[in-house]
Amino acid sequence: MMDVGLQHFVVVSALLFCLGLFAVMKRRNAVGILMGVELMLNSANLNFVAFSRYVQHSIDGQIMATFVIVLAAAEAAVALAIVLAMFRNFGTVNAATATSLKR
Amino acid sequence: MTAADLIFYALAALTLVPALWVVGSPNIVHAGFNLLLTLLGVAGLFAWLGADFLAVTQLMVYVGGVLVLVLFTVMMTRVPKAEGSGGGAKRAILPGLFALGVFVVLLQVATGTEWGSTALKEAQPTTAEIGANFMTSYIFPFEYVSLVLLAALIGAAILIREARPEQDDEPAAETGEEEVQS
Repeated sequence: MMDVGLQHFVVVSALLFCLGLFAVMKRRNAVGILMGVELMLNSANLNFVAFSRYVQHSIDGQIMATFVIVLAAAEAAVALAIVLAMFRNFGTVNAATATSLKR
Repeated sequence: MTAADLIFYALAALTLVPALWVVGSPNIVHAGFNLLLTLLGVAGLFAWLGADFLAVTQLMVYVGGVLVLVLFTVMMTRVPKAEGSGGGAKRAILPGLFALGVFVVLLQVATGTEWGSTALKEAQPTTAEIGANFMTSYIFPFEYVSLVLLAALIGAAILIREARPEQDDEPAAETGEEEVQS
């Protein structure tokens, strides 16, 4: 194994992204889909910080990652509210059953 | 291999191994608690990269906020027993192949590209610089994101409120009818 460098972070981030992608596609539970989205956002954040440390040597990547964290928190709040409303209306959180808009 | 490298591999394992359970566990509560470990691992990787402010932000916002929200939602929404177990393996084939394909492409890019990384500077505390940037070059995104947060909070509150207005209208209508009748 070579010394830890930018490539290692890109590979870890790629793995995390693909796991999140897999969760988003495979999970039926709406909360599980949201967890997959969180994994993908975290992998993007990891890339931002790694590139700002190894390539750019500036703070910009970290600031972008802060914005991503804030938007992820907002997204989680709205998405979980939607999940709760969906549970109230359909009696389940299975994403495959919410088809009211499909007629 | 130095001690720092060992710490990196430990943190990467702490990030990726629970992530497998987040994806694969049929029990959504287990997935939630494994998400906690993954987020902790990412916070550790941020700290490894010298992003101290971001590591603490990750802990406070994700572990302290988002994850608590997720776990409360899991607890408030009763999950059917069969979720994910019945026919799960068959359903996972196509998404699995797709995710694997994306990963192969990303791995090619990650290993085949000359990223142009240069010699590292010594890591400095970042909090003061981030704060100064928020108030100068990034002032507009900073203000916009506060608006987005406000809108998201109001939207979430409206989405989950009980259907009050109709309930309020009915008693008023009833009393009105009573007055007419009397």
